[in-house]
Amino acid sequence: MSPNPRTSSPADLHEVVVTVNGVTRSARVPARRLLSDMLRHDLRLTGTHVGCEHGVCGACTVLLEGEPIRSCLTFAVMVDGARITTVEGLAGPDGELGPVQRAFRECHGLQCGFCTPGFLLLTTELLSRSPEPADDEIVDALGGNLCRCTGYVNIVRSVRRAAELAREQPS
Amino acid sequence: MKPPPFVYHRPASVEEATRLLAELRDEAKIVAGGQSLVPLLNFRLAAPAHLVDINGITGLDRLGWADGAVEVGATVRHSRLLREREVAAAHPLLVEATGWIAHPVIRNRGTVCGSLAHADPAAELPAVLALLDGGVEAVSWRGGSQASRRVPAAELFAGPLQTTLEVDELVVAAYFPTLAAGTGWAVEELARRHGDYALAGIVLTVTVDGEGKPTSGRAAYLSCAPTPVVVDIGPALGGGGGGAGSATVYDLVASSLDPTDDIHATAVYRRHLAATLTVRALDRALSRARTGTQPPQPELAAVSDAMAAPTAASSDGGAER
Amino acid sequence: MTTQWFGEAVERREDRRLLAGAGRFLDDAGHDALGVAFVRSPHAHARVIGVDVADALDIDGLVAIYTWDDLPGRLADPLPLLIPHPDLTQPRTQYALARGEVNHVGEPVAMVVAADRYIAEDVAERVVVDYEPLPAVVGIGAARAAEHLVHPDVPGNVAAVTTQELGDARTALAAAPRVLEFDLAMERSLSSPLEGRGVHARWDPDDQRLRIRTSTQTSTGVRAAVANIFGLPDVAVEVVTPDVGGGFGTKVVHPYPEEVLVPWAARTLGREVKWVEDRYEHFVSATHERGQEHHVRVGFDDDGTILGMEVEFWHDTGAYTPYGIVLPIITATQLPGPYRHRHYRVTFTSLYTNTVTCTPYRGAGRPQGCFVMERTMDRIAEELGLDRAEVRARNLIGPDEFPYDFDMVFQDGRPLIYDSGNYPAVLERLRDLVGWDGFGAERDAAAAEGRHLGIGLACYVEGTGVGPYEGAHVHVETNGRVMVATGLTSQGQGHETVFAQIVADELGVDVGNVFVTTGDTRRFPYAVGTYASRAAVMSGNAVALAARQVRAKAIRIAAEALEAAPDDLDIESGVVHVRGAPSRGIPLAQVAVLSNPLRYAFSKEAQAATQFAAPPDPDVPPVPDDEEPGLEARDYYSPVRSTFASGMHAAVVEVDPDTGNVDVLRYAVVHDCGPLINPMIVEGQIHGGVAQGVAGALYERLAYDGAGNLTNASFMDFLMPYLSEVPTPVVGHVETPSPLNPLGIKGAGEAGVIPGSACLAAAIEDAVGVRIDRMPVSPPELWALLGEGAAS
Repeated sequence: MSPNPRTSSPADLHEVVVTVNGVTRSARVPARRLLSDMLRHDLRLTGTHVGCEHGVCGACTVLLEGEPIRSCLTFAVMVDGARITTVEGLAGPDGELGPVQRAFRECHGLQCGFCTPGFLLLTTELLSRSPEPADDEIVDALGGNLCRCTGYVNIVRSVRRAAELAREQPS
Repeated sequence: MKPPPFVYHRPASVEEATRLLAELRDEAKIVAGGQSLVPLLNFRLAAPAHLVDINGITGLDRLGWADGAVEVGATVRHSRLLREREVAAAHPLLVEATGWIAHPVIRNRGTVCGSLAHADPAAELPAVLALLDGGVEAVSWRGGSQASRRVPAAELFAGPLQTTLEVDELVVAAYFPTLAAGTGWAVEELARRHGDYALAGIVLTVTVDGEGKPTSGRAAYLSCAPTPVVVDIGPALGGGGGGAGSATVYDLVASSLDPTDDIHATAVYRRHLAATLTVRALDRALSRARTGTQPPQPELAAVSDAMAAPTAASSDGGAER
Repeated sequence: MTTQWFGEAVERREDRRLLAGAGRFLDDAGHDALGVAFVRSPHAHARVIGVDVADALDIDGLVAIYTWDDLPGRLADPLPLLIPHPDLTQPRTQYALARGEVNHVGEPVAMVVAADRYIAEDVAERVVVDYEPLPAVVGIGAARAAEHLVHPDVPGNVAAVTTQELGDARTALAAAPRVLEFDLAMERSLSSPLEGRGVHARWDPDDQRLRIRTSTQTSTGVRAAVANIFGLPDVAVEVVTPDVGGGFGTKVVHPYPEEVLVPWAARTLGREVKWVEDRYEHFVSATHERGQEHHVRVGFDDDGTILGMEVEFWHDTGAYTPYGIVLPIITATQLPGPYRHRHYRVTFTSLYTNTVTCTPYRGAGRPQGCFVMERTMDRIAEELGLDRAEVRARNLIGPDEFPYDFDMVFQDGRPLIYDSGNYPAVLERLRDLVGWDGFGAERDAAAAEGRHLGIGLACYVEGTGVGPYEGAHVHVETNGRVMVATGLTSQGQGHETVFAQIVADELGVDVGNVFVTTGDTRRFPYAVGTYASRAAVMSGNAVALAARQVRAKAIRIAAEALEAAPDDLDIESGVVHVRGAPSRGIPLAQVAVLSNPLRYAFSKEAQAATQFAAPPDPDVPPVPDDEEPGLEARDYYSPVRSTFASGMHAAVVEVDPDTGNVDVLRYAVVHDCGPLINPMIVEGQIHGGVAQGVAGALYERLAYDGAGNLTNASFMDFLMPYLSEVPTPVVGHVETPSPLNPLGIKGAGEAGVIPGSACLAAAIEDAVGVRIDRMPVSPPELWALLGEGAAS
């Protein structure tokens, strides 16, 4: 229900309940709290990073209902009830790195690591719908995230290697 | 860059939304995808006291056909247009133009109607709407009841980021007329980086007769004016079109546009680029026209209605609460 | 000693935590800290008449607002001049908060501390500053004309004028059979790491410690400045560098105002305080670089041999000079490149403008110098109708001409002497790699299809491993872990891995058992920082030297315990053993136990070191005079001067003359940084550098308007390249070891970016025949140049 415009205030806190990496989490946040900030500071999931807060760099990319979005362009209140995947959800139950993560390590697909969570999630989503992506699919899927360290070369190699490792993995 | 404070509303119906807007008027901004609005808030270039989130309103996610036009409801995301192949078959121009918008991540949240209401002259969809003589349906709560009006594209865009919509109006749907048989189309843009706003861009249609001779053509331009500019290129097509008429097409377009300088390009360059892209776009559009475009089949319309219902896999951000 | 880890593409130790989202970047800790925002000047040049906070005081969550008037003691002084120089006659540094005037858009005027950043920004918006705008000096032209001054007491906006000379250039030019004279320019850009700056501080009253985390490239630099400014003992100030999301130079200048203000607020308020820079702030307050204009005169003979060269250039240093004139000195001294100059004269003027201060951004003045030298070589070739690679080949310093002395002073204050290299070998490899000799046919085939292809190349040398020193501590603990600490910092270069590789080889242990800490003043307090492609050379050698001492000590101790001669011992897989008799050995962990004579055994293994465990030598104390307890050592590497890496890049481009669009079809790199510690990491550095080089040539410029507003202060309008804009370089290596350091290595961090603008300008010119003398060049600009060319 919408609050009464006359009696409500911007300082009102909203209870936001989300399922993050399969775990139900909640926080009481003002309406203007960005999803990126709620994940990082209210839920202490600091793997999602903030690089620009205007939707260009993609360091804040998370999966919302399985689809990549910019969490810095989303208010937490707008995704109440949603299922979110962050980089913390990519490892196995024992903390063993998943195939995408292993591929990035093998291929030196990260240097400072700040942009990396976004690229890992984009790669994960890409491979879930296209297990053997062609080059133009890789460019389309990853071509909107910035990296300042790697020059992207090893990121692309990592994606191809991740596809191989994912295929090797027993489903 | 944190956004300024606001009161958040999530109406469950169109009536609730319009009653809110009638009360809040210019203190409120509507948010659907947020991909254009939230950066403005984060930069504190806008500071609305109230935000009205329409994602919770059922019935705004319709994607279908009616009366020779593709109808797109207010909460339909760009990515859905790209995903549903029947739409591509029915309106390939609309789908290709949508594919030029930013990056997939932005398209997963941004909405078609939101893009139109935002009215960025560098955006693709306002130009497509203008080219096709489409329009939007805007509703409001006036005098104790729901009011509704159709705003044609030619009357919608008032200036950069400005429409003629009233402060209490909510766009609930947009209509993109489909192309007639024998009409080809093309989209051409040149951007600095993949996914950027274009330095200049064009969406173009051209119609040919039974022998493949162009009989009419229209082009709408992005990033060339405060609003989308539509140019009738018909007069330049007389001499058989394509190669022979290219210089005339170039000159006609160049003389019809009056872009401005900005940090990314000069006016002179933009004018030249728009005219150059027109020549290239015309070539492609003509070959499409000559191989024939298919109008939407009646049975597809039935399928699209079923597709219009929200599914669990859709990213409509919690349409079902 | 056979090496097992040096030269191997060992997977990085850093990766596990970074891939799991468990990195510890600045903003990942301190969730309960107060937030900070700054009121920053919207004017490029103005007097600050007053600051009115009345309208901000009732915001819920406000804690404090500070201006310069609140700053006590040395905090109220201008920030330190980091690198003085006798020619820097008019240095100026900023106050931590503006004192009566502001000199660039973005300069901090007031600091707001509040419950969180959202609220701090609400407060900052309500603070009203009364400014009296003054005329702004923007651009080198305006600075030179000096119709207005940035600093009222700095005549002509001149911070410094410097001349250096090898031989007698003017006489040589006067006698040269051919002379060319022309102008060149490069526009301003910035480092723009994906993670902005940030400072997190708290005062621990129990331990009386000021604990600071800052996203810096020099934790010891920050610590020294803070301790000095606050009047605290060094030991009371701890600076720990967290994981850093890229530095690229901008994070080495220090202390930024925020680096003293945030700790001060923490101490004053008795609360944890954290400031995290946002992207807009980064554009208007983190340092910029690259803006220069050059005038060149070169004399040469009909073979293309350079006889004399004189360069005069003007360097835009922005509003202040905390970094002195190091940047233009680097341009001046790296400009000569790999060529056999005998007469070279360079004069530069460092000019103030009302824009953000300029300090090093990856390349640090070298891209400009390389641009000048390489455009000059291309001009000579064009004038004579010679192949551009051939003209270069004729001028290259030969592999037997080292050391080559330029009779100038380099950025480290030491003589500019190239120590080693094999430039002809690099050139030959590059010609092969890019297909230089066969390109004519390629170009013709494309032309037949109506396509315009062009090729260009550019060469550079890079003085790396500048001093004064770095140090390292290597410690084998009794649990067998090898703990290594060095004081410089990391921003993604893989130091935890590379230094572990070196130590593992020196000590004969598994690389997985070596744990490296960088940038923590608690662990290693003597250091300089990470910049100038120095970390591998400096700390790499320091950890090697320290590890060698540890190895020697381990062998000494083990020899006694095994009753063997030290020369008969080896260390393999962490066990000191008699060569040829692996069962006669002691694990290093146990050697560590033995190295520390004990009264009390803390474990069963430790019993071996207690007083009754073995009969002692009654005349020798448990810890002999020249020994210390523990299997550890500290050592330093201090170079007599920089060691010179080198390389050459070539690019093939396609230009669309109708739109001015440039596509990079092929990009080749041949690179000599001596032996590679970790080839995978070096290649990654090259890839990243090339991306910034291409970006600097075609996309990235900072666009100030005439009033000093930065018109593209966002990622939407400052065009950092995405994946689709960056070519995949093919990389070849040549290895000429350095004679100047024990490991024989050279730096690699900046090389990828240095020749980007030069070789792309050359390729574009080759494709469409239009003169490119200014970079970056965008499609509209190229199209306009083509139009002018067609008209003339």
